[in-house]
Amino acid sequence: MSGQCAAKADLMLTDSSKSDASADHAAAIVVRNLRVNYGNREVLHDLSFDIKAAETITILGGSGSGKTTLLRSLIGLEKPVSGEIWIRGHDLCCISAAELAGLRKKFGVSFQGGALFGSMTVGENVALPLREHSRLDDASIEVVTRIKLEEVGLSGYEDFYPAQLSGGMKKRAAVARALTMDPQILFFDEPSAGLDPIIAAGIDDLILKLKRAFQMTIVVVTHELVSAFRIADRMILIDKGSILAIGTPDELKANQHPRVRQFLDRVPDPENSANEDYLERLTARLRL
Amino acid sequence: MPSVRIFRRACTFFQAALILTDVKLEIATRAEGSATVMDLGGRVTLEDAPEFLEALMSLLKAKKPPRVLVNMSQVSYIDSAGVACLVEAFKVARDSKIGFALFGLGPIARDVFELTKLISVFELYETEQEALRGKSGTPSSS
Amino acid sequence: MSVTEKVGRETIDGLAYLGDITILTGRSLRALLVAPLRGQRFRAQRAIHQAMMVGVGAIPILSVISLFVGLIMALQSAYELRKLGVIAFVANAVAISITRELAPLITAIVVIGRSGSAFAAEIGSMKVNEELDALETMALDPTDFLVAPKLLGMAVMLPCLTTWSDFMGLLGGAAFGVSAAGFTFGSYMQATLHALIRRDIVTGLIKSVMFGVVITAVGCQEGLATGLGAEEVGRSTTSAVVKSIFMVVAVDLVFTLLFYLSSSR
Repeated sequence: MSGQCAAKADLMLTDSSKSDASADHAAAIVVRNLRVNYGNREVLHDLSFDIKAAETITILGGSGSGKTTLLRSLIGLEKPVSGEIWIRGHDLCCISAAELAGLRKKFGVSFQGGALFGSMTVGENVALPLREHSRLDDASIEVVTRIKLEEVGLSGYEDFYPAQLSGGMKKRAAVARALTMDPQILFFDEPSAGLDPIIAAGIDDLILKLKRAFQMTIVVVTHELVSAFRIADRMILIDKGSILAIGTPDELKANQHPRVRQFLDRVPDPENSANEDYLERLTARLRL
Repeated sequence: MPSVRIFRRACTFFQAALILTDVKLEIATRAEGSATVMDLGGRVTLEDAPEFLEALMSLLKAKKPPRVLVNMSQVSYIDSAGVACLVEAFKVARDSKIGFALFGLGPIARDVFELTKLISVFELYETEQEALRGKSGTPSSS
Repeated sequence: MSVTEKVGRETIDGLAYLGDITILTGRSLRALLVAPLRGQRFRAQRAIHQAMMVGVGAIPILSVISLFVGLIMALQSAYELRKLGVIAFVANAVAISITRELAPLITAIVVIGRSGSAFAAEIGSMKVNEELDALETMALDPTDFLVAPKLLGMAVMLPCLTTWSDFMGLLGGAAFGVSAAGFTFGSYMQATLHALIRRDIVTGLIKSVMFGVVITAVGCQEGLATGLGAEEVGRSTTSAVVKSIFMVVAVDLVFTLLFYLSSSR
């Protein structure tokens, strides 16, 4: 079945990989034959896809499907075993530390748990990238910080410490920090997981606005179907470390592959395969 | 596939060169009657923000014209740092009783102002004529 | 696994660890010394913050311990000196042992307990909370951003604390000298100054700088090597303290040996 999936994925890729070299212009991120291991276990198997500039792409998948690992590879936190990741024309595996730093200044990453610095206030957290990487004076940095906090609906919380915020507020503060430098590529790890529906919808709205105003390339890893369909230009569905389907939301809705249907229609696994899946889920985060 | 790599490198280089030519922020000021118009061109970004702020501040603090109009019609892109500079300038202008308005916002710039929730804070006009006429004419979107 | 295999493995692990902390120190030094020359940021404020945490906070406890140790040294040496009828030499004994050896060591141990463990806990919990990943994706190197300011703060503050500990230790000795050995405070200090040569103090301070570097490197390395989960932070903290004490004593031995060899000529 996995061979079938790969063939299907390949089929969908042909039109983008046809013009491989020139794809660099339009593509913000190009992934070719990516394999990533945790210890000796391969968690991503031979992934290839493109993400175009200024498009919003959602990476969908169940727990333990490898979607977070994929995101971590894209931002250079996980070293692939083989394959290439090109970001804005730079090959991640082969660029110098200085080049990688330069590339990362154009990144914004919002981590699942927020990853705010506990020893700094929310304002200091949001201001940090500007303080470190720009020549702006303190007054301008403060204005930008306040603008960013206003964008995520957290104005007035500049002087709070992360520990004093609720989970949703932490997440929004993390989004504000990811936006500080007006990144060209924005990565979200589960932006709406654990948030109440109103705030989750607010984050979706923000993503749509950001895309329009700053023409950002936005990569969202999520398992929330509603939000994924709302914000995505294209979607990548990942299952057990392989790409199951790539396409626009409409294409995905029309996809008749049983596993895709199962995911989108939220059908639970049948019992016998569930055992295997259950074991997979239980052990997915073990770094052997 | 070394040839592909070389080609990609070349593409990157070319791309970078293209961006470099586009990235330069151009600032020019001219007097229109009692008002001073600041014409902006290109991309207003983090890289040029300190110079942009410097230009705005020297205009507002040294020259002290009665009215400053910022022409945004040739701006291809403005980021949050650019907007922050305008906010600071607006504040300084208000404190020293100088009129401060923007005109000719493109759709992208308008989106940025909307996103940063500043669309109703600034005095905005569609065209230079309207901006010169000021509030006595058609009121701004505020 | 056979005994030889075990010994071999332990040795290799030990050397690898030594290599790790050397690399960490080297990279921090580069961030402190080379990077500012290339026009990169020098995070003075963070270093000052660290120096305050390491230095100023340690003064009360260090004062009391040093005072006591000075007093104990005086009592112990007076024990023997009294038999020989040269109790006046107690000032020399205290002065030399405190400045050469005890003050740097006590300071190091107090700082390990207060700051070395705190470094490991701070960096370890940052790692667990993905904060180190966040730093990296913001193009901020954890070594430059976290370790280098700590190293600078430590390397500056440890000699300062050691000087203070010297002073408090001598004061402890003076307390004994004045009350039981027939000194006045002035004459005790006179005798102390007479007994000390500059070399005694300087070697103590050189050692303390090295201790500061070692404590920072071990504390931060343990923090960076923290595994996943909150309980791992506790493990890192404990191991930072144990390893730091061992490393400090080992470095002490090496430097004392070097000083001894260089002075015998």
